[in-house]
Amino acid sequence: MSTDNMSAEDVAYESAIDDDAYADSYDTSEGRVFTLSGGDWDTVTPPSEGEKERIVVNMGPQHPSTHGVLRLILELEGETVTETRCGIGYLHTGIEKNMEYRTWTQGVTFVTRMDYLSPFFNETAYCLGVEKLLGVTDEITDRASTIRVMMMELNRISSHLVALATGGMELGALTAMIFGFRERELILDIFEMVTGLRMNSAYVRPGGVAQDITDDQVARIRETLPLLKKRLKDTSDLLVDNAIWMGRTVGIGYLDLSSCMALGITGPILRSTGLPHDLRKSQPYCGYENYEFEVQTTDTCDVYGRFLIRVGEMHESIKIVEQALDRLRPGPVMIEDKKIGWPARLSIGSDGQGNSPEHVKEIMSESMEALIHHFKLVTEGFRVPPGQVYSAIESPRGELGAHVVSTGGTRPYRVHFRDASFNNLQSTAAMCDGSMVSDVIAAVASIDPVMGGVDR
Amino acid sequence: MTDQTPVTPAEASLEVAAQVTDLPEGAIELEVVGVRHGAFGSVDGGDTSGFGGLVAPIVMPGPSFPPYGGWFDEATDELALALADRGVPMTTAVEKVVVHCGEITFVVRREHLLTFVSALRDEPALRFEMCMGVSGVHFLADKGRELRAVYPFLSITHNRRVRVEVTCPDTDPHIPSIVSVYPANDWHERETYDFFGIIFDGHPALTRIEMPDDWLGHPQRKDYPLGGIPVEYKGAEVPPPDERRVYS
Repeated sequence: MSTDNMSAEDVAYESAIDDDAYADSYDTSEGRVFTLSGGDWDTVTPPSEGEKERIVVNMGPQHPSTHGVLRLILELEGETVTETRCGIGYLHTGIEKNMEYRTWTQGVTFVTRMDYLSPFFNETAYCLGVEKLLGVTDEITDRASTIRVMMMELNRISSHLVALATGGMELGALTAMIFGFRERELILDIFEMVTGLRMNSAYVRPGGVAQDITDDQVARIRETLPLLKKRLKDTSDLLVDNAIWMGRTVGIGYLDLSSCMALGITGPILRSTGLPHDLRKSQPYCGYENYEFEVQTTDTCDVYGRFLIRVGEMHESIKIVEQALDRLRPGPVMIEDKKIGWPARLSIGSDGQGNSPEHVKEIMSESMEALIHHFKLVTEGFRVPPGQVYSAIESPRGELGAHVVSTGGTRPYRVHFRDASFNNLQSTAAMCDGSMVSDVIAAVASIDPVMGGVDR
Repeated sequence: MTDQTPVTPAEASLEVAAQVTDLPEGAIELEVVGVRHGAFGSVDGGDTSGFGGLVAPIVMPGPSFPPYGGWFDEATDELALALADRGVPMTTAVEKVVVHCGEITFVVRREHLLTFVSALRDEPALRFEMCMGVSGVHFLADKGRELRAVYPFLSITHNRRVRVEVTCPDTDPHIPSIVSVYPANDWHERETYDFFGIIFDGHPALTRIEMPDDWLGHPQRKDYPLGGIPVEYKGAEVPPPDERRVYS
C-alpha cells in the first residue's frame, strides 16, 4: 500500500504506530508489514482489493506453552496454521566447547546440564563413550552398571512425568500438572538421597559412579516404588479415558513411519507409529539384556498414542528398577584400574558433604605416593587413547548419541551430542502445518523438547 | 628451556610426520593430526619441569585392511557392489576404512559423498534408514584436511551402525549437503555450519541455528578462543580456562 491513497484516519494511525517502538510498520518487497505487540489490532488497515493478507505470529521464546525458550514462527490464516518454523538457540551455553578445556571427568559436570530433565542419560551416554575409547567397557563393575540402570530408569519416570505434567498444563489439565510434579518429587528425593543433588548430579563418572549406595537407601527406594506405582495410576487414570483430553490429542500431530524415518525421529514419536525400536533392546548397554521389560508401542501416530507410550514406559521402568534392586550385589562401584578411578571412596560426612576420612588419613599422614597419585589424577586427569567413538543410548526422548574424539590428551578433543530433542523438533512443521493453533501446542508437547538439550 | 625459536605445530607436525611415515614396507600408514609439545602446554617459557622439549606426534587410528571381522566385511562387499552399480568404484569413493573400538568408519572423498550415502540408504542389503546427524571436528595442524564432518548412520533393519567421515581443507570448506537423501540432516548441517564454518553445498537454507544471525566466526573451531573473564580469588587472579596452563 502506498501512502498516496491513505485516508486521513489511516495517516493518523500510521503516526500513532510510528511513535511506538515495538509496533511500527514498514514497506517491503512483498507489501507493507505491520508489527503488532498486542491490543493494537485495530490500528492495522485491512488490505485493499487484490492484496494478500498474511499473519505471522511469533509464539515464544517466552511463552508458557512452548516448553522453555522455543520460538515458533507460525503463519496463520484465521485459526489455521499454514506454515510453521522453529527458532532455537536461546539456551545455547557452549557446553561442547567448554568441555574441551576440562578433564575427561570434569566433562560430566557439563553434560549433566544439557537435557536437564534427564541428567543421568547425558552422563551415561558420555561415560560409555569415554569408556569405549579407553577400552574398559568390560571392566565396569556389575554394581556400577546396575546403579546406572536404576538411576536412568528412575530418571525416565521423572522425565516422562514432566512431559505429562507440562503437556497437561498446556492443554488445560491442571490437575495432571499438579500430580505430575508431585510424583516427580518422590524421584527427585531419591536422587538427592543417592547423589546429594536433585538435578545436575554429575553422578555417573568414566569408570563407574561417584559413590556407592547404602542398604538404607536401597530400602527407601523399595518403599517408594509401591507409592509411585499407585500414584502413577492415579495420574494416568485422570487422562487415559478423559473425553476432553482425547478430544485434544486423538488424531493430532500426525506423523507416520516414513516421515519418522526421513526425519530421523526416535523415541516415543517413532514408537507411536508401531515400530518397536528401542536401543535398550536392539543394542543393549549397561547390561539391559538382563532385564525383562516390554517396548511400548501404539499405531495411532498421534499425540494420544505418544501419551499412552509414556504412561506405559513409566510402568515398565518401575519393573526395571525393581529388577535392578534385586540384582544389586555388594562390590566396588568404580573400575579397579587405579589410573582411572579416583582413589577416594566417598561417604556422607557429618556436614552432609561427601568425605572419606580413611583416604584423607592415608594421603595426609601415611603415604606420600598416594598423595601424589591422588593429586595427579584429580588435577591432571587420565589420558584417553586417540580415536573417535559414537555411543548411543535410549533417552526418554529418543536416541541420545555422544560423538567423542580424543587425541590422546587429558581433555576431550571434541565431544558432540546428538540430542533427540534437537532432531525431533524438526518434525514440528510436518505435524503442525494445516492444523489449528491449539493443536500446535499439543503437537509440540508430544515431541517433549527440552531446550537445554536442544541448544546445549 | 633453550632459547631457540619454538617450532610451530605445523612445522613440527611435518617433521614428525616425515619421521614416523618412514616405515618398513607393509606397515600401515599413520594418521598424524598434530603434535604435542612438552607436558604442561606452556610454549613461552616458564616450564621448569624438564619436559619442555618433549615433542610427540598425535597419531589417530590408521586404516584397516580386510578382513575387518564380523558383519563389516559383508557390508563392505555389498557397498562396493552398490557403488560399482552407480558407476563409482569403491577405491575412488573411499579413501580408507578405519576399524577402531568395534566401530567402522568410511573416510569418503567429498565429491562422492552423495553417491555413497544414497547407496547406504537404498541398497536392501545395507538399508541405513537413519542418519544421526553430522558432527564437525577441527584439526588445526593437519594441513589440507583440517575440517572433518562425521556422520553416524543407523540401520534399524539390520541393527547396524557405520560412520562416514569427510574431510575438507580450511581454505575450501565445502562439502555436499546430504539433506536431499537424509532430510533429517537439515538442522544438523546448519549446526555444523554454524560452529565450524563448513559450507554444505546444496542445503536448502544454510543459516546459523544456535548463534545469533549476525555472529562473526565459528565458535567450535580450534582457533576460536573460549572467552571468559579472569576471576579474582583472594587477591590473586585466576585466568579464564583457555589461558590457563594445561597438562597437554
